[in-house]
Amino acid sequence: MEHLELFFKSIFVDNMVFAYFLGMCSYLAVSKKVSTAVGLGAAVIFVLTVTVPLNWLLDQYILQEGALTWLGPEYAEYDLSFLSFILFIATIATMVQLVEIVVEKFSPSLYNSLGIFLPLIAVNCAILGGSLFMQSREIETFGLALNYGFSSGIGWFLAILAIAAIREKIRYSNVPAPLRGLGITFIITGLMAIGFMSFGGMLTGGSEEKPSLDSDPESLGTQMEEKIESTETPEVSTLLTKN
Amino acid sequence: MGLLSKKDSKLIMDPLADNNPITIQVLGICSALAITAQLKPSIVMAVSVLFVMGVGNVVISLLRNLIPSKIRIIVQLIVVATLVIIVDQVLKAFAYSLSKELSVFIGLIITNCIIMGRFEAFALGNKPWRSFLDGIGNAAGYGVILIIVGFFRELLGSGTLFGFPVLGNPVTKTGLYAIGYENNGFMVLPPMALIVVGIIIWVQRSKNKDLIEEN
Repeated sequence: MEHLELFFKSIFVDNMVFAYFLGMCSYLAVSKKVSTAVGLGAAVIFVLTVTVPLNWLLDQYILQEGALTWLGPEYAEYDLSFLSFILFIATIATMVQLVEIVVEKFSPSLYNSLGIFLPLIAVNCAILGGSLFMQSREIETFGLALNYGFSSGIGWFLAILAIAAIREKIRYSNVPAPLRGLGITFIITGLMAIGFMSFGGMLTGGSEEKPSLDSDPESLGTQMEEKIESTETPEVSTLLTKN
Repeated sequence: MGLLSKKDSKLIMDPLADNNPITIQVLGICSALAITAQLKPSIVMAVSVLFVMGVGNVVISLLRNLIPSKIRIIVQLIVVATLVIIVDQVLKAFAYSLSKELSVFIGLIITNCIIMGRFEAFALGNKPWRSFLDGIGNAAGYGVILIIVGFFRELLGSGTLFGFPVLGNPVTKTGLYAIGYENNGFMVLPPMALIVVGIIIWVQRSKNKDLIEEN
Protein backbone atom coordinates (compact mmCIF):
# COMPACT_ATOMS: atom_id res chain seq x y z
CA MET A 1 0.00 0.00 0.00
CA GLU A 2 2.80 2.33 0.93
CA HIS A 3 4.51 1.49 -2.34
CA LEU A 4 1.39 2.03 -4.40
CA GLU A 5 0.77 5.37 -2.76
CA LEU A 6 4.31 6.59 -3.37
CA PHE A 7 4.10 5.33 -6.94
CA PHE A 8 1.01 7.33 -7.86
CA LYS A 9 2.07 10.31 -5.80
CA SER A 10 5.38 10.66 -7.62
CA ILE A 11 3.81 10.25 -11.03
CA PHE A 12 0.85 12.57 -10.72
CA VAL A 13 0.83 14.71 -7.59
CA ASP A 14 4.53 15.48 -7.29
CA ASN A 15 5.20 15.34 -11.00
CA MET A 16 8.80 16.41 -11.63
CA VAL A 17 7.92 18.76 -14.47
CA PHE A 18 4.56 20.16 -13.49
CA ALA A 19 4.98 20.56 -9.76
CA TYR A 20 8.69 21.32 -9.44
CA PHE A 21 9.85 22.38 -12.93
CA LEU A 22 12.72 19.92 -12.83
CA GLY A 23 14.39 18.99 -16.08
CA MET A 24 12.78 21.88 -17.88
CA CYS A 25 15.79 22.59 -20.09
CA SER A 26 15.80 19.29 -21.87
CA TYR A 27 12.01 19.16 -21.61
CA LEU A 28 11.78 22.31 -23.74
CA ALA A 29 14.70 21.57 -26.01
CA VAL A 30 14.00 17.97 -26.96
CA SER A 31 10.21 18.01 -27.20
CA LYS A 32 9.83 18.95 -30.85
CA LYS A 33 9.29 15.37 -32.02
CA VAL A 34 7.55 12.49 -30.27
CA SER A 35 10.17 9.92 -31.24
CA THR A 36 13.09 11.81 -29.73
CA ALA A 37 11.00 12.68 -26.68
CA VAL A 38 10.35 8.98 -26.09
CA GLY A 39 14.07 8.25 -26.32
CA LEU A 40 15.00 10.89 -23.80
CA GLY A 41 12.12 9.96 -21.51
CA ALA A 42 13.18 6.32 -21.47
CA ALA A 43 16.75 7.33 -20.69
CA VAL A 44 15.54 9.49 -17.78
CA ILE A 45 13.48 6.64 -16.31
CA PHE A 46 16.46 4.35 -16.59
CA VAL A 47 19.00 6.68 -15.03
CA LEU A 48 16.65 7.78 -12.21
CA THR A 49 15.91 4.15 -11.36
CA VAL A 50 19.61 3.48 -11.07
CA THR A 51 20.85 6.63 -9.34
CA VAL A 52 18.18 7.29 -6.70
CA PRO A 53 18.64 3.95 -4.86
CA LEU A 54 22.40 4.26 -5.24
CA ASN A 55 22.40 7.70 -3.71
CA TRP A 56 20.05 6.41 -1.03
CA LEU A 57 22.72 3.91 -0.03
CA LEU A 58 25.37 6.64 0.00
CA ASP A 59 23.15 8.87 2.07
CA GLN A 60 22.29 6.13 4.52
CA TYR A 61 25.75 4.69 5.05
CA ILE A 62 28.10 7.63 4.50
CA LEU A 63 26.50 11.05 4.56
CA GLN A 64 23.86 11.22 7.29
CA GLU A 65 24.65 12.21 10.81
CA GLY A 66 25.80 9.07 12.58
CA ALA A 67 25.77 7.08 9.35
CA LEU A 68 29.38 6.06 9.74
CA THR A 69 28.70 4.06 12.92
CA TRP A 70 29.28 0.83 10.97
CA LEU A 71 32.98 1.77 10.87
CA GLY A 72 33.16 1.77 14.63
CA PRO A 73 31.64 3.63 17.57
CA GLU A 74 34.17 6.48 17.38
CA TYR A 75 32.72 7.53 14.02
CA ALA A 76 29.21 7.97 15.39
CA GLU A 77 29.26 11.75 15.57
CA TYR A 78 30.46 12.47 12.06
CA ASP A 79 27.98 14.40 9.91
CA LEU A 80 29.05 14.59 6.29
CA SER A 81 25.75 15.77 4.85
CA PHE A 82 27.33 18.97 3.52
CA LEU A 83 29.19 16.78 1.03
CA SER A 84 26.01 15.37 -0.42
CA PHE A 85 25.81 17.64 -3.48
CA ILE A 86 29.25 16.74 -4.68
CA LEU A 87 28.87 13.05 -3.95
CA PHE A 88 25.45 12.82 -5.60
CA ILE A 89 26.52 14.60 -8.74
CA ALA A 90 29.67 12.51 -8.97
CA THR A 91 27.60 9.33 -8.68
CA ILE A 92 25.25 10.55 -11.36
CA ALA A 93 28.00 11.54 -13.78
CA THR A 94 29.84 8.27 -13.27
CA MET A 95 26.69 6.17 -13.57
CA VAL A 96 25.74 7.91 -16.78
CA GLN A 97 29.17 7.21 -18.27
CA LEU A 98 29.06 3.64 -17.05
CA VAL A 99 25.58 3.01 -18.38
CA GLU A 100 26.60 4.46 -21.71
CA ILE A 101 29.60 2.13 -21.98
CA VAL A 102 27.62 -0.94 -20.91
CA VAL A 103 24.71 -0.24 -23.22
CA GLU A 104 27.04 0.40 -26.13
CA LYS A 105 28.78 -2.91 -25.56
CA PHE A 106 25.79 -5.16 -25.03
CA SER A 107 22.93 -3.66 -26.96
CA PRO A 108 23.96 -1.55 -29.95
CA SER A 109 20.35 -1.10 -31.04
CA LEU A 110 19.33 0.32 -27.67
CA TYR A 111 22.46 2.46 -27.76
CA ASN A 112 21.46 3.90 -31.10
CA SER A 113 18.05 4.92 -29.85
CA LEU A 114 19.07 5.96 -26.34
CA GLY A 115 22.78 6.64 -26.52
CA ILE A 116 22.84 10.17 -27.82
CA PHE A 117 20.64 11.29 -24.94
CA LEU A 118 22.71 9.81 -22.16
CA PRO A 119 25.38 12.54 -21.96
CA LEU A 120 22.58 15.13 -21.88
CA ILE A 121 21.16 13.46 -18.82
CA ALA A 122 24.14 14.03 -16.54
CA VAL A 123 23.14 17.66 -16.31
CA ASN A 124 19.38 17.15 -16.28
CA CYS A 125 17.99 18.73 -13.13
CA ALA A 126 15.40 15.98 -12.79
CA ILE A 127 18.09 13.44 -12.02
CA LEU A 128 19.86 15.41 -9.30
CA GLY A 129 16.47 16.66 -8.11
CA GLY A 130 15.31 13.07 -7.66
CA SER A 131 18.25 12.33 -5.39
CA LEU A 132 17.91 15.57 -3.42
CA PHE A 133 14.20 15.08 -2.86
CA MET A 134 14.88 11.50 -1.81
CA GLN A 135 17.25 12.92 0.80
CA SER A 136 15.08 15.77 2.01
CA ARG A 137 11.93 13.64 2.28
CA GLU A 138 13.82 11.01 4.24
CA ILE A 139 12.59 8.03 2.27
CA GLU A 140 12.90 5.07 4.58
CA THR A 141 13.77 1.88 2.78
CA PHE A 142 15.80 0.87 -0.23
CA GLY A 143 12.67 -0.50 -1.91
CA LEU A 144 10.85 2.79 -1.53
CA ALA A 145 13.84 4.68 -2.93
CA LEU A 146 13.87 2.38 -5.96
CA ASN A 147 10.15 2.89 -6.35
CA TYR A 148 10.53 6.66 -6.04
CA GLY A 149 13.23 6.84 -8.70
CA PHE A 150 11.29 4.70 -11.13
CA SER A 151 7.94 6.40 -10.68
CA SER A 152 9.23 9.96 -10.85
CA GLY A 153 11.00 8.91 -14.04
CA ILE A 154 7.67 7.77 -15.41
CA GLY A 155 6.12 11.08 -14.44
CA TRP A 156 8.79 12.95 -16.37
CA PHE A 157 8.37 10.60 -19.34
CA LEU A 158 4.61 11.25 -19.44
CA ALA A 159 5.15 14.99 -19.31
CA ILE A 160 7.61 15.14 -22.19
CA LEU A 161 5.53 12.71 -24.25
CA ALA A 162 2.44 14.86 -23.80
CA ILE A 163 4.11 18.14 -24.67
CA ALA A 164 5.85 16.61 -27.71
CA ALA A 165 2.54 15.33 -29.04
CA ILE A 166 0.94 18.73 -28.52
CA ARG A 167 3.84 20.53 -30.17
CA GLU A 168 3.63 18.28 -33.22
CA LYS A 169 -0.02 19.23 -33.65
CA ILE A 170 0.41 22.89 -32.85
CA ARG A 171 2.52 23.37 -35.95
CA TYR A 172 -0.72 23.38 -37.93
CA SER A 173 -2.36 26.08 -35.85
CA ASN A 174 -2.08 29.79 -36.21
CA VAL A 175 -0.20 30.93 -33.11
CA PRO A 176 0.47 34.69 -32.73
CA ALA A 177 3.95 35.28 -34.18
CA PRO A 178 5.76 36.46 -31.01
CA LEU A 179 4.48 33.46 -29.09
CA ARG A 180 5.57 30.90 -31.65
CA GLY A 181 7.90 28.19 -30.42
CA LEU A 182 9.06 28.85 -26.90
CA GLY A 183 6.31 31.18 -25.70
CA ILE A 184 3.40 28.95 -26.50
CA THR A 185 5.23 25.93 -25.09
CA PHE A 186 5.59 27.71 -21.77
CA ILE A 187 1.93 28.61 -21.66
CA ILE A 188 0.80 25.11 -22.63
CA THR A 189 3.02 23.65 -19.93
CA GLY A 190 1.43 26.04 -17.48
CA LEU A 191 -2.03 24.92 -18.49
CA MET A 192 -1.01 21.27 -18.24
CA ALA A 193 0.37 21.96 -14.79
CA ILE A 194 -2.99 23.42 -13.77
CA GLY A 195 -4.57 20.22 -15.06
CA PHE A 196 -2.19 18.11 -13.04
CA MET A 197 -3.05 20.07 -9.91
CA SER A 198 -6.40 18.34 -9.98
CA PHE A 199 -4.60 15.15 -8.98
CA GLY A 200 -3.64 16.91 -5.77
CA GLY A 201 -6.55 15.58 -3.76
CA MET A 202 -6.27 12.09 -5.17
CA LEU A 203 -4.35 10.57 -2.29
CA THR A 204 -5.67 12.60 0.62
CA GLY A 205 -9.31 13.21 -0.24
CA GLY A 206 -10.33 9.57 -0.77
CA SER A 207 -13.11 8.20 1.43
CA GLU A 208 -10.93 5.26 2.47
CA GLU A 209 -8.45 7.40 4.32
CA LYS A 210 -10.80 9.91 5.84
CA PRO A 211 -11.88 8.01 8.97
CA SER A 212 -8.32 7.36 10.03
CA LEU A 213 -7.53 11.02 9.51
CA ASP A 214 -10.47 12.24 11.55
CA SER A 215 -9.83 9.84 14.40
CA ASP A 216 -6.18 10.77 14.61
CA PRO A 217 -5.66 14.52 14.71
CA GLU A 218 -1.93 14.17 14.95
CA SER A 219 -1.61 12.34 11.66
CA LEU A 220 -3.80 15.01 10.10
CA GLY A 221 -1.38 17.59 11.40
CA THR A 222 1.64 15.85 9.92
CA GLN A 223 -0.19 15.35 6.64
CA MET A 224 -1.00 19.00 6.53
CA GLU A 225 2.59 19.84 7.31
CA GLU A 226 3.74 17.63 4.48
CA LYS A 227 1.38 19.40 2.19
CA ILE A 228 2.70 22.75 3.30
CA GLU A 229 6.26 21.69 2.87
CA SER A 230 5.63 20.42 -0.60
CA THR A 231 4.23 23.73 -1.75
CA GLU A 232 6.79 26.44 -1.59
CA THR A 233 5.09 29.42 -0.03
CA PRO A 234 3.35 30.30 3.18
CA GLU A 235 0.56 31.90 1.12
CA VAL A 236 -0.37 28.58 -0.39
CA SER A 237 -0.50 26.96 2.98
CA THR A 238 -2.82 29.61 4.34
CA LEU A 239 -4.99 29.10 1.27
CA LEU A 240 -5.09 25.41 2.02
CA THR A 241 -6.03 25.86 5.63
CA LYS A 242 -8.75 28.34 4.72
CA ASN A 243 -10.33 25.81 2.45
CA MET B 1 32.79 53.23 -20.21
CA GLY B 2 36.36 53.79 -19.15
CA LEU B 3 36.92 50.51 -17.42
CA LEU B 4 35.42 48.26 -20.04
CA SER B 5 36.09 48.31 -23.75
CA LYS B 6 33.10 48.27 -26.07
CA LYS B 7 33.50 44.57 -26.73
CA ASP B 8 33.61 43.79 -23.03
CA SER B 9 30.55 45.79 -22.11
CA LYS B 10 28.68 44.00 -24.89
CA LEU B 11 29.44 40.77 -23.03
CA ILE B 12 27.50 42.08 -20.06
CA MET B 13 24.71 43.92 -21.82
CA ASP B 14 23.80 41.32 -24.43
CA PRO B 15 22.47 38.64 -22.08
CA LEU B 16 20.36 41.23 -20.28
CA ALA B 17 18.05 41.68 -23.25
CA ASP B 18 18.52 40.31 -26.74
CA ASN B 19 20.36 37.18 -25.78
CA ASN B 20 18.71 36.54 -22.45
CA PRO B 21 19.54 33.09 -21.08
CA ILE B 22 15.97 32.34 -20.05
CA THR B 23 13.78 33.84 -22.72
CA ILE B 24 16.06 33.39 -25.75
CA GLN B 25 18.62 30.70 -25.04
CA VAL B 26 16.14 28.60 -22.98
CA LEU B 27 18.70 27.73 -20.34
CA GLY B 28 18.40 27.45 -16.60
CA ILE B 29 14.66 27.28 -16.30
CA CYS B 30 14.83 24.22 -14.08
CA SER B 31 15.70 25.82 -10.81
CA ALA B 32 14.35 29.24 -11.73
CA LEU B 33 10.60 28.94 -11.69
CA ALA B 34 9.82 27.06 -8.53
CA ILE B 35 11.20 29.70 -6.20
CA THR B 36 9.69 32.81 -7.76
CA ALA B 37 6.46 32.88 -5.79
CA GLN B 38 7.99 35.66 -3.68
CA LEU B 39 10.50 38.40 -4.31
CA LYS B 40 12.97 37.60 -1.56
CA PRO B 41 13.86 34.03 -2.54
CA SER B 42 14.06 35.17 -6.16
CA ILE B 43 16.69 37.75 -5.27
CA VAL B 44 18.63 35.33 -3.10
CA MET B 45 18.60 32.82 -5.94
CA ALA B 46 19.75 35.47 -8.42
CA VAL B 47 22.63 36.51 -6.18
CA SER B 48 23.67 32.90 -5.56
CA VAL B 49 23.74 32.19 -9.28
CA LEU B 50 25.67 35.43 -9.87
CA PHE B 51 28.33 34.29 -7.42
CA VAL B 52 28.55 30.74 -8.76
CA MET B 53 28.64 31.88 -12.40
CA GLY B 54 31.22 34.61 -11.87
CA VAL B 55 33.65 32.55 -9.84
CA GLY B 56 33.01 29.33 -11.76
CA ASN B 57 33.64 30.91 -15.14
CA VAL B 58 36.96 32.31 -13.92
CA VAL B 59 38.06 28.98 -12.45
CA ILE B 60 37.16 27.02 -15.58
CA SER B 61 38.81 29.63 -17.74
CA LEU B 62 42.03 29.42 -15.70
CA LEU B 63 41.97 25.63 -15.95
CA ARG B 64 40.94 25.51 -19.59
CA ASN B 65 44.33 24.36 -20.91
CA LEU B 66 44.73 21.71 -18.23
CA ILE B 67 41.38 19.94 -18.51
CA PRO B 68 41.41 16.89 -20.81
CA SER B 69 38.39 17.28 -23.04
CA LYS B 70 37.11 13.75 -22.33
CA ILE B 71 36.48 14.35 -18.66
CA ARG B 72 35.64 18.04 -18.84
CA ILE B 73 32.00 17.55 -17.84
CA ILE B 74 32.97 15.88 -14.59
CA VAL B 75 35.55 18.59 -13.86
CA GLN B 76 32.93 21.28 -14.52
CA LEU B 77 30.44 19.53 -12.26
CA ILE B 78 32.97 19.31 -9.45
CA VAL B 79 33.80 23.01 -9.73
CA VAL B 80 30.14 24.02 -9.66
CA ALA B 81 29.30 21.60 -6.87
CA THR B 82 32.06 23.01 -4.69
CA LEU B 83 30.86 26.58 -5.23
CA VAL B 84 27.26 25.59 -4.58
CA ILE B 85 28.24 23.89 -1.32
CA ILE B 86 29.82 27.19 -0.24
CA VAL B 87 26.63 29.09 -1.09
CA ASP B 88 24.50 26.50 0.67
CA GLN B 89 26.58 26.56 3.85
CA VAL B 90 26.62 30.36 3.94
CA LEU B 91 22.85 30.48 3.55
CA LYS B 92 22.37 27.85 6.24
CA ALA B 93 24.56 29.85 8.59
CA PHE B 94 23.15 33.34 8.02
CA ALA B 95 19.62 32.89 6.65
CA TYR B 96 18.39 29.55 7.87
CA SER B 97 14.67 30.04 7.26
CA LEU B 98 15.36 31.21 3.72
CA SER B 99 17.56 28.23 3.03
CA LYS B 100 14.75 25.95 4.29
CA GLU B 101 12.37 27.69 1.93
CA LEU B 102 14.65 27.25 -1.05
CA SER B 103 15.18 23.60 0.01
CA VAL B 104 16.64 21.53 -2.80
CA PHE B 105 16.69 24.34 -5.30
CA ILE B 106 20.01 25.73 -4.10
CA GLY B 107 21.47 22.29 -4.75
CA LEU B 108 19.92 22.31 -8.17
CA ILE B 109 22.05 25.30 -9.18
CA ILE B 110 24.63 22.58 -9.92
CA THR B 111 22.59 21.30 -12.81
CA ASN B 112 21.47 24.73 -13.90
CA CYS B 113 21.98 24.58 -17.63
CA ILE B 114 23.11 28.22 -17.87
CA ILE B 115 26.20 27.42 -15.86
CA MET B 116 27.21 24.33 -17.80
CA GLY B 117 26.22 26.03 -21.03
CA ARG B 118 28.43 29.07 -20.43
CA PHE B 119 31.32 26.90 -19.24
CA GLU B 120 31.13 24.91 -22.45
CA ALA B 121 30.45 27.74 -24.82
CA PHE B 122 32.56 30.51 -23.38
CA ALA B 123 34.87 29.84 -20.45
CA LEU B 124 36.62 26.90 -22.13
CA GLY B 125 37.79 29.16 -24.95
CA ASN B 126 38.37 32.58 -23.42
CA LYS B 127 40.61 34.44 -21.02
CA PRO B 128 39.58 34.78 -17.32
CA TRP B 129 38.54 38.47 -17.39
CA ARG B 130 36.26 38.07 -20.40
CA SER B 131 34.85 34.85 -18.95
CA PHE B 132 34.15 36.66 -15.72
CA LEU B 133 32.21 39.39 -17.54
CA ASP B 134 30.32 36.79 -19.54
CA GLY B 135 29.41 34.91 -16.38
CA ILE B 136 28.26 38.05 -14.60
CA GLY B 137 26.26 39.18 -17.64
CA ASN B 138 24.45 35.89 -18.07
CA ALA B 139 23.72 35.50 -14.40
CA ALA B 140 22.36 39.05 -14.37
CA GLY B 141 20.14 38.30 -17.36
CA TYR B 142 18.84 35.27 -15.49
CA GLY B 143 18.40 37.26 -12.30
CA VAL B 144 16.43 40.02 -14.03
CA ILE B 145 13.83 37.58 -15.30
CA LEU B 146 13.66 35.90 -11.90
CA ILE B 147 13.08 39.23 -10.16
CA ILE B 148 10.42 40.34 -12.66
CA VAL B 149 8.54 37.07 -12.24
CA GLY B 150 8.94 37.17 -8.46
CA PHE B 151 7.74 40.78 -8.32
CA PHE B 152 4.52 40.16 -10.23
CA ARG B 153 3.74 36.87 -8.56
CA GLU B 154 4.15 38.26 -5.07
CA LEU B 155 2.37 41.54 -5.81
CA LEU B 156 -0.64 40.01 -7.55
CA GLY B 157 -0.69 36.81 -5.55
CA SER B 158 -0.44 38.05 -2.01
CA GLY B 159 -0.40 41.85 -2.30
CA THR B 160 2.97 42.15 -0.62
CA LEU B 161 6.57 42.93 -1.60
CA PHE B 162 9.40 41.39 0.44
CA GLY B 163 6.61 40.34 2.80
CA PHE B 164 5.42 43.91 3.46
CA PRO B 165 1.82 44.66 2.48
CA VAL B 166 1.74 47.32 -0.24
CA LEU B 167 -1.85 47.17 -1.41
CA GLY B 168 -3.49 47.57 1.98
CA ASN B 169 -4.75 44.97 4.39
CA PRO B 170 -7.06 42.28 2.97
CA VAL B 171 -8.56 41.43 6.37
CA THR B 172 -9.50 44.91 7.58
CA LYS B 173 -10.23 46.06 4.01
CA THR B 174 -7.97 49.06 3.71
CA GLY B 175 -6.21 50.47 0.66
CA LEU B 176 -7.10 48.82 -2.64
CA TYR B 177 -9.11 46.16 -0.84
CA ALA B 178 -11.57 48.82 0.28
CA ILE B 179 -12.85 49.11 -3.29
CA GLY B 180 -13.27 45.39 -3.73
CA TYR B 181 -9.84 44.27 -4.95
CA GLU B 182 -8.97 40.65 -4.17
CA ASN B 183 -5.64 38.84 -4.20
CA ASN B 184 -5.31 36.33 -6.99
CA GLY B 185 -4.26 33.28 -4.99
CA PHE B 186 -3.59 31.47 -8.21
CA MET B 187 -0.48 33.54 -8.84
CA VAL B 188 1.44 31.85 -6.04
CA LEU B 189 0.80 28.36 -7.39
CA PRO B 190 3.50 26.78 -9.55
CA PRO B 191 1.73 26.81 -12.95
CA MET B 192 1.50 30.59 -13.02
CA ALA B 193 5.31 30.90 -13.07
CA LEU B 194 5.30 29.28 -16.47
CA ILE B 195 2.53 31.46 -17.75
CA VAL B 196 4.20 34.65 -16.47
CA VAL B 197 7.42 33.69 -18.24
CA GLY B 198 5.39 32.93 -21.36
CA ILE B 199 3.94 36.42 -21.21
CA ILE B 200 7.40 37.99 -20.73
CA ILE B 201 8.57 36.14 -23.83
CA TRP B 202 5.51 37.39 -25.69
CA VAL B 203 6.15 41.02 -24.73
CA GLN B 204 9.86 40.82 -25.51
CA ARG B 205 9.34 39.26 -28.92
CA SER B 206 6.60 41.69 -29.89
CA LYS B 207 9.03 44.53 -29.20
CA ASN B 208 11.88 42.94 -31.11
CA LYS B 209 10.61 41.19 -34.23
CA ASP B 210 14.02 39.65 -35.00
CA LEU B 211 13.58 37.23 -32.15
CA ILE B 212 10.44 35.59 -33.51
CA GLU B 213 10.94 31.89 -34.13
CA GLU B 214 10.09 30.06 -37.32
CA ASN B 215 7.51 27.46 -36.66
